Amino acid sequence: MKNKGVVELWVGFFILLGIAGLVFLAFQVSGLTQSSMSHGYVMKADFDNVGGLKVRAPVQIGGVVVGRVTNIELDAKTYKAIATMLIYDTYSIPTDSTASILTQGLLGSNYLGITPGYAPTNYKAGDTIERTNSALILEQLIGQFLFNVNK
Amino acid sequence: MTSQACVRIDHLSFCRGKRKIFDDISLEIPRGSIVGLMGPSGTGKTTLLRLISGQLSPDQGSIFFDDDEINTLSRTKLYQVRKKMGMLFQSNALFTNLSVFDNIAYPLRERADLSEAIIRDIVLMKLQAVGLRGARYLMPSDLSGGMARRVALARAIALDPDLIMYDEPFTGQDPISVGMIVKLMRLLNKNANMTSIIVSHDIEITFGLVDYAFVMAGGKVIGQGKPDELRNSTNEEVRQFLNGLPDGPVPFHYPAKEYITDLMGED
Amino acid sequence: MSRFSVIENIRALGASGVHFISRVGHAGLVLFGAIFKKPNLHKSFPLLVQQIYIVGFLSLPIIIVAGSFIGMVLALQGYNILDKFAAADELGPLVALSVARELGPVVTGLLFAGRAGSSLTAEIGLMKATDQLSSMELMAVDPLQRVVAPRFWAGFYSLPLLTIIFSMFAIFGAYAVGVDWIGLDAGSFWSNMQASVDFRIDIVNGVIKSIVFGFFTTWIAVYQGYACVPTSEGISHATTRTVVFSSLVILGLDFVLTAMMMGGW
Repeated sequence: MKNKGVVELWVGFFILLGIAGLVFLAFQVSGLTQSSMSHGYVMKADFDNVGGLKVRAPVQIGGVVVGRVTNIELDAKTYKAIATMLIYDTYSIPTDSTASILTQGLLGSNYLGITPGYAPTNYKAGDTIERTNSALILEQLIGQFLFNVNK
Repeated sequence: MTSQACVRIDHLSFCRGKRKIFDDISLEIPRGSIVGLMGPSGTGKTTLLRLISGQLSPDQGSIFFDDDEINTLSRTKLYQVRKKMGMLFQSNALFTNLSVFDNIAYPLRERADLSEAIIRDIVLMKLQAVGLRGARYLMPSDLSGGMARRVALARAIALDPDLIMYDEPFTGQDPISVGMIVKLMRLLNKNANMTSIIVSHDIEITFGLVDYAFVMAGGKVIGQGKPDELRNSTNEEVRQFLNGLPDGPVPFHYPAKEYITDLMGED
Repeated sequence: MSRFSVIENIRALGASGVHFISRVGHAGLVLFGAIFKKPNLHKSFPLLVQQIYIVGFLSLPIIIVAGSFIGMVLALQGYNILDKFAAADELGPLVALSVARELGPVVTGLLFAGRAGSSLTAEIGLMKATDQLSSMELMAVDPLQRVVAPRFWAGFYSLPLLTIIFSMFAIFGAYAVGVDWIGLDAGSFWSNMQASVDFRIDIVNGVIKSIVFGFFTTWIAVYQGYACVPTSEGISHATTRTVVFSSLVILGLDFVLTAMMMGGW
């Protein structure tokens, strides 16, 4: 059996290495400083079509992530898709802002983009964004384009 | 009721699977005596020690140690009673990751609230008793068979038990270490007044040592008495065992079909 | 004759089912006896440190080497494919996500079962075969507490740490290949990684997986050792079973946990 002190030293080293690894994964790999802002408030937005938007997709303003989509469901009466999102506390959204489903690059995944307005008042927690643009469905666009060309 | 018996076994039956190891046996081991438990291998002598120490529980009957019925004790109580027992295992059962010193200190550190200084003194006393004080820093893997047995003995007596059980103490030992162990056993019995149970099939050595012996075979006690009485026993089975006859009531052959039919037939 | 043997087979199946259930019950009792009894901290803590040294620290070399190489090879393979889509900048996220979510916990768990689990089983099994456990009981010491419990806790604590270390070295390995060797831009390697890896969803879930794996692999290992047939053949069977059962449990649970986590759990 090894000397007790040596054993304890190495076990301490092992645990510290594990903690260092966790810190590394948290800050260098996942950039915890950004996504740790999970404290926020909930907002909703209705869309005719959310396209390929998924839960956990980012909510962006001007390319900066300001929140995450937390839930997507269908309103049983209006047949509109309701996207629920969490907006980080540091950001506030004017009441005349527009929410759109956008695509990262030509083939990338969908995200929820907000184009801020100029109203002096901001949305509060639980509000629903009224102005929305639905997802552009590439197949529909191509279909319409071909239809028009043929005419 | 305080009886003269240190261990009393009452109508004990024990099965392992379908095999009946003990069939209604009763025996008493008087306080302060050296008693031999003898019999051919496979008769469950080691099992009996495990029953006495409460590691196994009987199917029927009861076992008393002092006045405690071992098989009905709660775990905590059983552990308290076990402080009064020591056992020398056939395999010595030394902790291979601890030195000789730590092996003997182990039961002291676990069971008694003693300071390190006192533990050191006790360990050295026990090592002195078995003549291995100089070997205290060795690891069990560095010991010869005889030394390991003596270390195991020192550990078994570390807590000064009332009862000490020796499981095949002479097996695989050279004559010198057998001599040493026999001497130690006598000393422990005389000086410390420890009741001793010796499980062995080495007749000569055991008979030279014990006050009383039980011969077991086929799940029963087939003979008991002082060594001289046993030697003059007329019981066929006892005679076969004591004289080492290859065939007799205990058959040479394991039960099988008739030899000739077996050769001619198939399975 | 054949009908008879069908019934015999069904009977054997039922018997093995009953046997399996009673083994699981026994394993549960062993675990219960080991971890839910009031420990004596003064005596248990040094034993725990000793076991973390053996189970955790001594597993570091294999974990670090395996992690680095897996990261390196992932980077190499990933680069080849991503480059076809002109998306080589996404190498960082590819490696980080696959390591943090899947490869880290699973590969570390498998290596741990082979390296530490098997040795735990063999050690406890040998202690049983050489009567060391019995002699402890005779000294009124509960081997579940003195032998099984520290080993169980050591494995339980060590595997998550090893997993984190594995992931870290895998990402270092990918960095070495992707940035130093292939020549990708270090800034975009890290920033793309940070943009796609979420601490809660990816890193924490990976650690949760490793905690679950640690629980089950060490449980299997200590139980197989404690309940083995105390002969050389029995110990060898028990060791094999530890590695096989642990691996299967890790792979099966990985699927279950992933499904739960993907389902927004």
